[in-house]
Amino acid sequence: MILLWGSNAREAHPIFFHHMLKAIHAGAQMYAVDPRRTTSAQWADTWLGLNVGSDIALANAMAREIVHAGLHNREFIERGTTGFESYVASLAPYSLERGEELSGIPADVIKDVAHTYARAERAQICWTLGITEHHNAVDNVLALINLALLTGHVGRYGSGLNPLRGQNNVQGGGDMGAIPNRLPGFQDLETDPEAVAKFERVWDTKLTTHYGWHMTEMFEAMERGELTTLFVLGENPVQSDADAHHVKKLIGGLEHFVVQDIFLTATAQLADVVLPASASWAESEGTVTNSERRVQRCRKALDAPGQARDDTRILIDLAARLGHEWVYESSEEIWDELRSLAPNHAGMSYARLEELGGIQWPCYDEDKLEPPFLHGRLWVQPLQGPPATFHVVEDDPPVDKLSKEFPLRLTTGRRLDSFNTGVQTGGYTSPLRRPEELELSTTDAAELGVGDGDRVRITSRNGAVEAPVRVDHALRPGLAFMTLHFPDEVETNILTLNNTDPKSGTAEFKATAIRVEALVPAEPEDTSDAADPATHVAQPR
Amino acid sequence: MDIVLHKDEPSAGERDAVDAVLGPPDSRWVGALTTSDRDRRVARGGHAARAQRHLLLPVLHAVQGRAGWISPGALNYICQRLTIPPAEAYGVATFYALFSLEPQPPAVAHVCTDIACMAGGAERLCAELEDWIGPKGGHHGSNGAGPGEDPIWLESPCLGMCEMAPVAMVSLAGEEPHEVSVGHAEADDIAALLAGGDAPAPFAPKVPQAGDPGLRLLARVGRVDPASVDSYRADGGYEALRAALEMGEQGVLREISDSKLVGRGGAAFPTGTKWEAVAAHPTRPHYLICNADESEPGTFKDRVLLEHDPFTVIEAMTIAGFATGCEHGYLYVRGEYPLAWERLVGAITEARARGFLGQDIFGQGINFDIELRKGAGAYICGEETALFNSIEGYRGEPRNKPPFPTEHGLFDKPTVVNNVETLVNVPGIVLEGGKAYARIGTEDSKGTRLFCVSGRVEQPGLYEAPFGITLREVLDMAGGVIDGRPLRTILLGGAAGRFVTPDELDVEMSFEATREAGVSMGSGVVMVVDHTVEMPAILMRLAAFFRDESCGQCVPCRVGTVRQEEALARLSNGRPRGSQEQEYALLDEITASMRDSSICGLGQMAADAIESALRKLDVFETGGQR
Repeated sequence: MILLWGSNAREAHPIFFHHMLKAIHAGAQMYAVDPRRTTSAQWADTWLGLNVGSDIALANAMAREIVHAGLHNREFIERGTTGFESYVASLAPYSLERGEELSGIPADVIKDVAHTYARAERAQICWTLGITEHHNAVDNVLALINLALLTGHVGRYGSGLNPLRGQNNVQGGGDMGAIPNRLPGFQDLETDPEAVAKFERVWDTKLTTHYGWHMTEMFEAMERGELTTLFVLGENPVQSDADAHHVKKLIGGLEHFVVQDIFLTATAQLADVVLPASASWAESEGTVTNSERRVQRCRKALDAPGQARDDTRILIDLAARLGHEWVYESSEEIWDELRSLAPNHAGMSYARLEELGGIQWPCYDEDKLEPPFLHGRLWVQPLQGPPATFHVVEDDPPVDKLSKEFPLRLTTGRRLDSFNTGVQTGGYTSPLRRPEELELSTTDAAELGVGDGDRVRITSRNGAVEAPVRVDHALRPGLAFMTLHFPDEVETNILTLNNTDPKSGTAEFKATAIRVEALVPAEPEDTSDAADPATHVAQPR
Repeated sequence: MDIVLHKDEPSAGERDAVDAVLGPPDSRWVGALTTSDRDRRVARGGHAARAQRHLLLPVLHAVQGRAGWISPGALNYICQRLTIPPAEAYGVATFYALFSLEPQPPAVAHVCTDIACMAGGAERLCAELEDWIGPKGGHHGSNGAGPGEDPIWLESPCLGMCEMAPVAMVSLAGEEPHEVSVGHAEADDIAALLAGGDAPAPFAPKVPQAGDPGLRLLARVGRVDPASVDSYRADGGYEALRAALEMGEQGVLREISDSKLVGRGGAAFPTGTKWEAVAAHPTRPHYLICNADESEPGTFKDRVLLEHDPFTVIEAMTIAGFATGCEHGYLYVRGEYPLAWERLVGAITEARARGFLGQDIFGQGINFDIELRKGAGAYICGEETALFNSIEGYRGEPRNKPPFPTEHGLFDKPTVVNNVETLVNVPGIVLEGGKAYARIGTEDSKGTRLFCVSGRVEQPGLYEAPFGITLREVLDMAGGVIDGRPLRTILLGGAAGRFVTPDELDVEMSFEATREAGVSMGSGVVMVVDHTVEMPAILMRLAAFFRDESCGQCVPCRVGTVRQEEALARLSNGRPRGSQEQEYALLDEITASMRDSSICGLGQMAADAIESALRKLDVFETGGQR
């Protein structure tokens, strides 16, 4: 059984969804939790159209029902977890009826999904930004983890928790230490002095052993004037981050701003220095790590055009200018250094990656492969390492409240034929391509007296944009939808508020309160530059 | 499944027709007219929705019957109800000749112009219909604005009533759609029916041997009331099922194997082997299919059995289901058999009401029921794997074999497929024992065989004789060629059979002897041709038939049947490309390609009859045979 939660994988993760379809065709049941009946949800055995931001209420009501019906995995809970008692106590208010009231999902359907999930021989929860682009993103994830712990759907083949990665190498970025609190191989900067010492020895340098800032904190530091120089690699916050006006202003106030990218993105256009990079999938050697933690080789097939250079070479030269001589003859040499420092990757030689067509981490040694899933240790008696913890999480609706003034709930998302802000897809035509539109329910459109193509003004507490309307019969009244694919036509993220989850630093893109006003027919906007990829901006997420 | 629907809406009548089959829609997501609060929060779909795919064919029938055609709005609604992409549903609907995707008036006459009716006056009938109704096909209204409500008539391939040539089937769409077969058809009768006149009384069976105590398969035809299970039981009906339940599954399987019964659909595969394979297969459920999609031109034996002895077919299916572990049987009847359909609906309903079908039959804990399915005008659906696809709601395209149906059949489950005539042998075998049955017939062909005798013969009809009878004796049973004329040839085995010359009449009707002689009994067709019928016209009709009925899936058949027809047309017109010899060489090459590389028997045998005619009969008057 697959519980697809807050994910329109059919459009946003089509390769993954292709694998999911194989499972569906082989008989797997799929339940989709999403405010909209997306094209993914249309494949579901049951679609649950919850209120935006009521995920915890739904998860807790499911959990209460599972416990109530005695379907929780007592054996697993006892062996491998902690915090069950207080968790169960916290579930008390989340009756099916209360769950229905908070989430909008009928009580019998909550019961059905709870029972189906708990009884499944193997069940996975897959989620993406519908869970994480909220002010309480981490709590949302914890609510799902609680469900898996409650039923023992973790640490076993075919069961598990699966946050879908948006790109081929988002996982790899974190694995390699491009996060503020970990060294390569997820070794903790503050709590693992042994690891730090190991790195200092090999790198022959002293490391700062406190956590750095994540991106949202960096913008806050810029605002305070504490961060004055910014080096952005392959990211484009000007168009992809919430509250686009504010981001632009902060970047404008920097003393020095460097962008390294393969496109001259809207962010790059603001930079003091732009370093043209090579395209990693065709113009450089190295590895990428996908959603299932599989490390795969990528190989150079072409020389990068013009002055564009391999990212590693740029960084090595930059290090040299800053007085550090990094000597690496090949990407394999860099990789072997990583293997010597990161136990998760120790067993993955280039030769072995080649032979096996990629290896999932952890891979501790060259003669052995670990199981393809994590957390199997939770099933081992006696328990190795710390038990998994139940976290008490409470329903906490979106910060941007609906009101008389802002009566509609705008949520944002993606479409199959476009990728993020369109840098890499805007240059291609697609028969599916539609311009940016505000999708409204039939009822709301009728109330506003607008139809397909009519232009409206969309106002949030943060700003206002104009866009044409498309009536979507599948949307329920009160819900509106936009994408972020065409920032040059409609800067959707002007509307989104920067209500950030303090724990993850993710903004609440999924829940904005808006009002919509019909505009008198205006001159059609000139969108002729929409097809120019250089004016679109990509952002990995 | 994410489906992109069109904006076309169904009419209220079309909606009713669909809902009558599927029940009313339970949510806006599947086409309800109103949106409930629940719809805004929940949608059920997925496996349950896709599992309804097998209802596509019945629903298409419902709409065709209601409106006379399948409009884009109706198709759209069907797709919504069954979660089928519109392109796929369109592909299925256009596969069948009896469905129209273009506007068509509610009253349509399908007039058989196939070979048996050609020999029986179809040409004259068509000419008269032109006078009465107008030219064939789209009869445009007097204002010339396109198809109106006025009735039309269309040419049809064999309607399976060859013993009553010429024949027609009249379809009347509407709130109570119905179809009527007309034997010995006259243009004025057809016109009256199209205008809403009363249907004639159902025709009596043409079984000249009726009453002969030697009959086994036809014994009850004309003797038992096909509408009364009591009449059937008074004639010994259901004694075989009782005996089968007493001897147990293994006992039945043993008797069938001992009987050496082989399939009568054309392939002559041992029935016992097939049954044992399915019975022993661990995968469940098992399915039983009675293949009554009798579409081989010249064949009408199954129709006669279904119309006049439906209970024997039902009892035989029940025995087969019991022996092979099937609780669910499908009876797939060709769409051109309205009387058989009507009588089967009645017989199954009655059998169910009396506890002969359904749960706990005879109180023995045996469950078996039959679902009727109606074909829609596709010869290829008689091929067993094409039949699976048709039932499952896909285009009736044959599958590759292996895997064989006994392992991966209907819905990918182990499946027994038997022809009607094969099954009708079963009750007798169960009652008298396999060994006794095996004493009838020849060394390798056991039991009796039905012969569909039609064409230029004194007494066309359905005949039964033990294997081993000669073709001449069959012809004599039917009184010989009409008016004592000289015989030109006999098409033996149907369109997929071969022509037999007058000096080959002593061939013994057994699988071994016909194989030896290079001919085939096929489905038991004995179509008699004298010199009043033009051979080139017959061959052209055969070629047109295969071209039209090729499902188009595999290249050798799709292209080969067209090239074959073209070459024959050039020969018929006396304008061969190059010489006649060159055309014959081309035909030989086409024949070899189709025979070697077509997926199914249709392509493999599409040239058999034509090739045999060109070899044996001086069709194009070259002054000698090829």
